[in-house]
Amino acid sequence: MTAPALSPGLSPVVDRRRTTATMLGPSRTARVVVLALLIVFCLVWLAPLLWGLRTSFMTEDDAATVPVQILPEHGWTTEAYATILSASGMPTWLWNSVATAVVITLLTVGISTLAAYALSRLDFRGRRTLQAVIIASILVPGQVLLVPQFQEMLAFGMVDTFWGIVLPQIVAPVNVIILKRFFDAVPIELEEAARIDGASRMRVFLSIVLPLSRPILFAVAIFTFVTAWNNFLWPFVIINDPALMTMPVGIGTVRNAYGVQYAQTMAQAVIGAAPLLVVFVLFQRQIVKGIATTGLGGQ
Amino acid sequence: MTRTAAPVTAAPATSAPAPTPPRVRSAAWFTVPFLLAYGLFFAWPAVYGLWTSFTDANLTGHGGAFIGFANYAEAFTDPDMWSALGNTLFFTVITTVPLVVVALIMALLVATGLPGQWIYRLSFFAPYLLASAVVAALWFWIYQPSGGLATAVFTGLGVTGEIGWLTDADVAMWSIAITTVWWTVGFNFLLYLAAIQTIPDHLYEAAALDGAGALRRTWSITLPMLSRTTGLIVLLQVLASLKVFDQIYLMTSGGPDGATRSTIEYVYDTAFTGYRLGHAAGVSVIFFALIILVSLVRTLRTSREG
Repeated sequence: MTAPALSPGLSPVVDRRRTTATMLGPSRTARVVVLALLIVFCLVWLAPLLWGLRTSFMTEDDAATVPVQILPEHGWTTEAYATILSASGMPTWLWNSVATAVVITLLTVGISTLAAYALSRLDFRGRRTLQAVIIASILVPGQVLLVPQFQEMLAFGMVDTFWGIVLPQIVAPVNVIILKRFFDAVPIELEEAARIDGASRMRVFLSIVLPLSRPILFAVAIFTFVTAWNNFLWPFVIINDPALMTMPVGIGTVRNAYGVQYAQTMAQAVIGAAPLLVVFVLFQRQIVKGIATTGLGGQ
Repeated sequence: MTRTAAPVTAAPATSAPAPTPPRVRSAAWFTVPFLLAYGLFFAWPAVYGLWTSFTDANLTGHGGAFIGFANYAEAFTDPDMWSALGNTLFFTVITTVPLVVVALIMALLVATGLPGQWIYRLSFFAPYLLASAVVAALWFWIYQPSGGLATAVFTGLGVTGEIGWLTDADVAMWSIAITTVWWTVGFNFLLYLAAIQTIPDHLYEAAALDGAGALRRTWSITLPMLSRTTGLIVLLQVLASLKVFDQIYLMTSGGPDGATRSTIEYVYDTAFTGYRLGHAAGVSVIFFALIILVSLVRTLRTSREG
């Protein structure tokens, strides 16, 4: 295959499950060995998460015990969570993350879908140029624009504002190309029939094309959301006011006054991690498929 | 999002050419919102950044005069810039290799279809969904010399003596690399897994008839069929690793003594603690040139092969 990324639409091939017999043959030993290796990998990959989870349910004294004891001396407690939820900026930061990520996702997916449809279906002056420019833009990493985007936000008076976080994150050229490839593969007949019946372009787009595109829109939206939710560098640079910080910036920069408290830090990390992990468990199939067929992701 | 750069250039025009109905004025409704956002928040900053790199613009508001190539000349003679670039390249090498190899091994194991598929996917991919700040907080705690998991594991293995996971200049970058592999390998794993699942069954069945065992089939069918995917994953990984900032900044702030400072951190420090926007913009342009160079090398190699 040429590239797992950016193939149009969600191909059914990816979801196919091969039988173990095809891959491993009838050998029992092979199964045992592979299973053992898988279990080892799972344990190694889960251990850091479990370690953090464990720490978050301990008293600060137990968490800091040396040498390390797996089970707490003074029992499990949700004290750290209570403290974080009642006496830290965490609730505010989570809300800010939800608000910015939702608005970024809506705006990005909205403008990208419209532009992608135009590139795929409409003939207008400069279409080819626009497409070439968008493809070339994919190569520009966001980090390269850090300084001038900050200067621009400074000029707009948007440093330390909600829109200062949001606006520079809404342009995602790769989304346009992914969606354009998807539209290219959708048969045009349905749309033509509606056009003959006198429906306008926008009407056709809204009532025929969008419903057909739900899976790809969902994939693009979820990755835009994850990217925005987890973004650190830009919100970190543009926001100083703790009341406006997103979750990653708050966790990364705000230290409490009593020195490092690991139970609390871990409780904070668990709360920060939970929303996306829940999203993943709920939408595992779509996310795995989305990555497989579009190859797009955060970072 | 820039992680997805390659595929577009790697596989242009795979889809059918778009039909070309008569020119329509209604196109404006579709293109203007994107063009507006693109012009304001992408194109203009790109142009303005290039201009800034030729000025002595300062965050304090002073400066801004044209100074030619002075920022570039200074960057190329600044040992700190070279050290940051060296750190970045070192990090890229020591993360790309395991991030490709471990992902491949995981995918080969999971693709055998043994029971428990969702557990494997969840365990390997879940860390990828964590914010860098969450990952950094977790691993900063794991790397604590007293009370941390890393030291406890090493002590359990019989290694005595304190290891300065994040404070020893010879060790810190490796610690960050381990964290990074743990954090992001799931993405490459899923790309590999999808690629393996598109290899036709009949290849395996034919090989089995010829008496090839599981290892032999992996070596002679799966791995060759994955070579293009590997090329793509390597490129995406190199580009992603070159942009490293978050986990380093959050775990060591580039220390000890600049030993883990990356290029993006150099840009950040120069602009936002040194206030020298012009110089930071210049280094951004140099960094961009490096990214383009890596992408071009890959594109040239692919077109020669194809």
